[in-house]
Amino acid sequence: MLEATDPAPLTAADDPAACVSDSPLCFQRVTLGFGPRILLDAISFTLRPGETRILLGLAGMGKSTLLKLANGLIRPDSGEIFLFGQPIASMPEPALLDLRRRTGMVFQESALFDSLTVRDNVGWQLIERGVSSETIDRRVHRALSFVDLDNAFSLYPPSLSGGMRRRVSIARAIIDKPDLILYDSPTGGLDPVTSHTINELVVKERDAYKTPAILVTHRLQDAFTMVTHRFDSQTNAMVPLPKGSFDPLTSFMVLHEGHLLFDGSTDELLSSKDPFLKDFLA
Amino acid sequence: MPRVLLTENFDKTVRRWLMTVQDYALFCAQTLANVFRAPHYWPDIFTQSDLIGVGSVPIVVLTGFFTGGVLALQSAASLAQFGAQAYTGRFVSLSMIRELAPVLTGLMVSGRNASGMASELGSMVVTEQIDAMRALGTDPMKKLVTPRMISTVVVLFLLTVVADTLGTAGGASVAVFISHLDGAQYFSSAYQALVFSDIIQGLTKPLVFGFIIATIGCYKGMRTTGGTQGVGRSTTQAVVISSVLIIFSDFLISRVMLWLFPPL
Ligand SMILES: Nc1ncnc2c1ncn2[C@@H]1O[C@H](COP(=O)(O)OP(=O)(O)OP(=O)(O)O)[C@@H](O)[C@H]1O
Ligand SMILES: [Mg+2]
Repeated sequence: MLEATDPAPLTAADDPAACVSDSPLCFQRVTLGFGPRILLDAISFTLRPGETRILLGLAGMGKSTLLKLANGLIRPDSGEIFLFGQPIASMPEPALLDLRRRTGMVFQESALFDSLTVRDNVGWQLIERGVSSETIDRRVHRALSFVDLDNAFSLYPPSLSGGMRRRVSIARAIIDKPDLILYDSPTGGLDPVTSHTINELVVKERDAYKTPAILVTHRLQDAFTMVTHRFDSQTNAMVPLPKGSFDPLTSFMVLHEGHLLFDGSTDELLSSKDPFLKDFLA
Repeated sequence: MPRVLLTENFDKTVRRWLMTVQDYALFCAQTLANVFRAPHYWPDIFTQSDLIGVGSVPIVVLTGFFTGGVLALQSAASLAQFGAQAYTGRFVSLSMIRELAPVLTGLMVSGRNASGMASELGSMVVTEQIDAMRALGTDPMKKLVTPRMISTVVVLFLLTVVADTLGTAGGASVAVFISHLDGAQYFSSAYQALVFSDIIQGLTKPLVFGFIIATIGCYKGMRTTGGTQGVGRSTTQAVVISSVLIIFSDFLISRVMLWLFPPL
């Protein structure tokens, strides 16, 4: 047996005490490789309660993989992940299923169940729990009107457009009031109008329910819409914040070549001197 | 370990093969264990039984009937040489019940349903529907695999009984209308030949074959990698592997049965 190598110097995010308190999600030196390639190299970050973290990065940098690690769909090679304060890196699957029920996930390609109607897709968790049929119908209708798709109730996913599918998938993720939402590129490949609707939904979920979230996006302009707007419950619409101010609970992470190149607030991102970031934001 | 004798590649292949066998064994163990663990998905069990059962009835009826017929046709000629045509019924019913009905029904259902399960679950894997299910807190082993296993075992058992019956009837039709034998004699010889061990053997086989079909179909589906092409590969492999395993386990069961119930 080799002696344990010197532990790397602890940063704030590496302090286990900071992780297990009230943070819904925390990564501690999480490393994952596929074959010879190290995709994520000692990633550490902490999501605070009520916080929405926007995850940026070039294609293929491992953003979707990071989200799947967050709810234990894949396991890290090393490091620890705390989901709602519980270490999940080597948690057995049955216990993980219980924790995952408290999270909502929007997959990059929607991942709706092809053979079930929109109603059964959206109501999946309620059906699993044995909720009565009328209650399911009512709550599915409510979740679908949240995403402005009530008319799709009895359709099958293959007959929906990409944007409709994305919205159904959002409805499925939020119907059971999750304690953490993982959005994987919810506006990817959509037209500006539909993207706007989806941004509004995300902002609504953030401001109306204060649900912590991680959101992956390729579109900087969506990210900036989210930090410069708030949800107004009176008008039921997204309204801009005063010029020059940003939503304090929304922050950024940039994933690049296996490392978190940036982890901080909007102001910090905009004033960063890093040449790659400047290029990326330009 | 006589490592020097093994080439690097051979070593790797064997190791990968053993890993797969171990993985499949664990998969089967989990499928069986889930039978006794909540939640039970009864509606899924019924839907699957309907899908496998009703759809397979026509092919099983036809296969059973004509197999019985051809057995009677072939045996009548040979038995006539010894003046033993009266034993046609016995020959047909023993062959059908012990061997042909379980094996042929198993192969038919494997072609139809092992492939169906592998392609359905495989598509769900490559479109991330399985991950979505896990993300929603549902165990795909309990929701998808165990119901398919239970319904295949039950349905294959029933289909085999159908094939047994139709095979005996097919043999009778040939014996009466083509070989011009006495129908009553056919049936009494068919009936008298059967002993307890034959029935046990004939009804144990479909239980094992059903388990093989469902677990191989689901295993290949759930372990699909490599997109749409991977789904095609899983589908083909599921049929090939389950068919070979059916024939192989048929041999094993027959051997064990001969040992348990030695012929008098
Ligand atoms: N199961 C797997 N096996 C092997 N490699 C994988 C697997 N999953 C992901 N990868 C690899 O990991 C890398 C990152 O994939 P991921 O989907 O996380 O990227 P991404 O940042 O989400 O990209 P995009 O912006 O295009 O969605 C890719 O190069 C991919 O090939
Ligand atoms: Mg991705």
